[in-house]
Amino acid sequence: MHPVIAYVIAALLVGLGVYGILARRNAILVLMAVELLLNGVNLVLVAADTTVKAALPATGQAFALFVIVLAAAEIGVGLAIVLQLYRMRRSVAVDEVPLERVP
Amino acid sequence: MTAADVLLIALGAIAVGSGVLVVTTKHLVRAGLWLVVTLAAVAGAYLVLGAELVAWVQVLLYVGAVVILLLFAVMLTRAPIGASDDLDRPRWPGVLIGGGAGLGLAALFVAAYGWMKVPRPPSGTAERLGEQIFSVWVLPFEVVGVLLLAALVGAIVVSRPDIGARR
Amino acid sequence: MNVALAAAMPLAPLAAALVGFLLRSRRSAAALAITATSAALLAAVILALRFDKPVSDGYRAADFVDLTVEFGVRVNGPTTLMALAVGAVALAVQVYSVTYLRDDDRYAPYAAQVSLFTAAMMTVVVASDLVQLLIGWEVMGICSYLLIGHDRRLPEAPRAAVKAFLVTRVGDVGFLLGIAVLGYHAGTFRIDDVLAHDYTGAQLTTACLLLLAGVAGKSAQFPLHTWLPDAMAGPTPISALIHAATMVAAGVYVVTQLFPLFAQAPAALTVLAVMAAITMLLGALAAMAQADIKRVLAWSTVSQLGYMTGALAVKAPGTAMFHLLTHAAFKALLFLAAGAVIHAVGSNLISVTGGLRRSMPATFAATTIGLAALAGLPPFSGFWSKEAILAAAMDEGTGPGWLVYVAGAATVALTGWYATSLWLQVFLGRPRSPAADHAHEPGPAMRYPVLLLAVPAALLGFAGLAGGFVDRLGPGAEEVGHLSAALVVPLGLALAGAAVAWVMWRRGRAADVPARALLADAFHLDAVQAAVVSRPVSALAGAVRRADETAVDGAVLGTGAAALRSGTVLAGAHRAALPRAAGAALGGALLLGLAAILLEWVR
Repeated sequence: MHPVIAYVIAALLVGLGVYGILARRNAILVLMAVELLLNGVNLVLVAADTTVKAALPATGQAFALFVIVLAAAEIGVGLAIVLQLYRMRRSVAVDEVPLERVP
Repeated sequence: MTAADVLLIALGAIAVGSGVLVVTTKHLVRAGLWLVVTLAAVAGAYLVLGAELVAWVQVLLYVGAVVILLLFAVMLTRAPIGASDDLDRPRWPGVLIGGGAGLGLAALFVAAYGWMKVPRPPSGTAERLGEQIFSVWVLPFEVVGVLLLAALVGAIVVSRPDIGARR
Repeated sequence: MNVALAAAMPLAPLAAALVGFLLRSRRSAAALAITATSAALLAAVILALRFDKPVSDGYRAADFVDLTVEFGVRVNGPTTLMALAVGAVALAVQVYSVTYLRDDDRYAPYAAQVSLFTAAMMTVVVASDLVQLLIGWEVMGICSYLLIGHDRRLPEAPRAAVKAFLVTRVGDVGFLLGIAVLGYHAGTFRIDDVLAHDYTGAQLTTACLLLLAGVAGKSAQFPLHTWLPDAMAGPTPISALIHAATMVAAGVYVVTQLFPLFAQAPAALTVLAVMAAITMLLGALAAMAQADIKRVLAWSTVSQLGYMTGALAVKAPGTAMFHLLTHAAFKALLFLAAGAVIHAVGSNLISVTGGLRRSMPATFAATTIGLAALAGLPPFSGFWSKEAILAAAMDEGTGPGWLVYVAGAATVALTGWYATSLWLQVFLGRPRSPAADHAHEPGPAMRYPVLLLAVPAALLGFAGLAGGFVDRLGPGAEEVGHLSAALVVPLGLALAGAAVAWVMWRRGRAADVPARALLADAFHLDAVQAAVVSRPVSALAGAVRRADETAVDGAVLGTGAAALRSGTVLAGAHRAALPRAAGAALGGALLLGLAAILLEWVR
């Protein structure tokens, strides 16, 4: 099989994820875009297992597992923050987070 | 063009297509649902590539937990059900950087691999993966466990209702 | 023994000065100053009596491999005479000042400064080394500055002091460079060695021209003469000591001592002749139109110094020394007498005097002698010395000689005019103000120095007939004491000038000198100097200061301000909101990736 297909798909997913982070206003949609990005990365890792003759087999898959676990942890904490933000400001738009202290 | 290639192309098209919809749709809830489709397609691609355990963990965690959490958050933040117009910021930085990143990476991979052929990986890799994790990568495995614990505690602490109320 | 006496002459006043700066009480300051100056004078007298042949001695003060500097004493004929003159005038001035500054509560530092000045002048007189001479020269400049500015209540005193200092400083730069040239090529600064060294023509001319710059400054020759009339803002005894008898004569004295070098540099002597001629005439013309007694005497000093430098220019240094000594006597006399007159009428102006012959007879007699000597009337001292100079000029013949002779002759006429005019206006006729009506002689401390100075002013000329004295004057004194038929010309001119002044006075128009405004302002040379030198230099200094403040200080302060500003800007960048931060991070990552690809591709 031709691994370049998987790689190109992963690259496109990465691009979509980056676009989503920069273009979406709602914090939850940004987190969704982050998930897309991470999936693209995971796909690269798993596809690399087939092309790289590593001394340690299945390394890519192991790392993909770790990334999935990390993504889960991250989404947990991230959504907790988003909910807290919503409680304080009544909005979850990322560009309405003020950085100076509002007196 | 083997069968694996055809499958990969199909699954990839589904994943990229629904990915586009995730980042461009005007409906908040629908974005979450399109994300489910993307994640599932990626899991299928894992299967084609011979990573069965990863594929099923993907379905379990990503589709099963992460997306559910995201939808819960959508609900708890009183997201509008229908279309909303103010979901997007100015698009050009995203297009520029995202397009640059994606297309650049794609070009890189094409330049690196070209139309190379590799043999299909054997199936039944869960056992091999388990061997690797619990022998070579056992330390990161443990650390990830601790990290999950920390994330758990952190999420609870951050979402306390009395943060923000000044005493 | 002679060496010890010569060393005592500068050292005694120096010790008095250093101690005197610590004293406060008037009596102790006066006693110390007068004692030390008397000691110096006594040493000078004994040295003059005991002198038989030149002697010099010193110790090596500095030894750089290529150059040596010595501090010591060098005594020859002119040294003894000059030391006598300095000691005598200094003592007269110290005694006079006790009464003149009776109402001044800063008398103690004044007396110490005068002692310091005396020490510096004596250093110049007996120096055996050019660097030592330069030290004395510069200290004289400082003391002149301090003493001119002594009376702080006068608004013009500080400016006059600064002007004197700066103008002489301009000359001193040339003087220093001339000494450097001489010392460098000779490998030593010792005067005897410098005189014996063989210089090339170019070196000698350069050095002599540079030394002439210093002479022009200190001896108030054109074009550096502008400070002397303004220096009259200082107390009158100072004018007598510094600006008549000693400091202004120091330049002439130095040229006399270094004359073997000047004799080999005819170009320098020609320049000196031109300077002398211009100065003579300029001083006399300006003196004619002044309204202030001291200014008349100041311009007269300028003119007489031109005589001395003229004598030097015609290779007659001994004659210059002779005129220096007679001038010291009669000019100091005139200044001190003028001080008595000013003290009596309370003003410097001629127009408030008049008829003082009856109320101040002793002063009148002394001033008459002094003015007669100034005008060059026989048998007073000025006559003899001026005759000698004019005879030497005529003897010299060639260009410089005739120039000096003609200028000197014209100046004799003018001198006769203004001296007689001054005498008539101040002492004869009727008192022109109530103060003049009630004038009286000053106290003994002010009267006796004047009377004592009248003696040499009258009789010093006859010393020129004594062979021993003429020898002491040094080379170039052949004309001293010889009277030739040509003396008729200057004598006649002097009497003619006096006659014109008499006629004008009888008609009551003594002050109506032709072109009065122009002459009184000395052909506006002050303004010329201000425009050509002072204002451009001030402007340049201002520009440099502004450049320093804006560019240099601005750069220093600007780096601080720039650092603060860039810090604020960067702090703002740090406070980016999430979208911008995310964009920056992802964009940066993209760029890094592109850079890595490009580098790989290039390689």
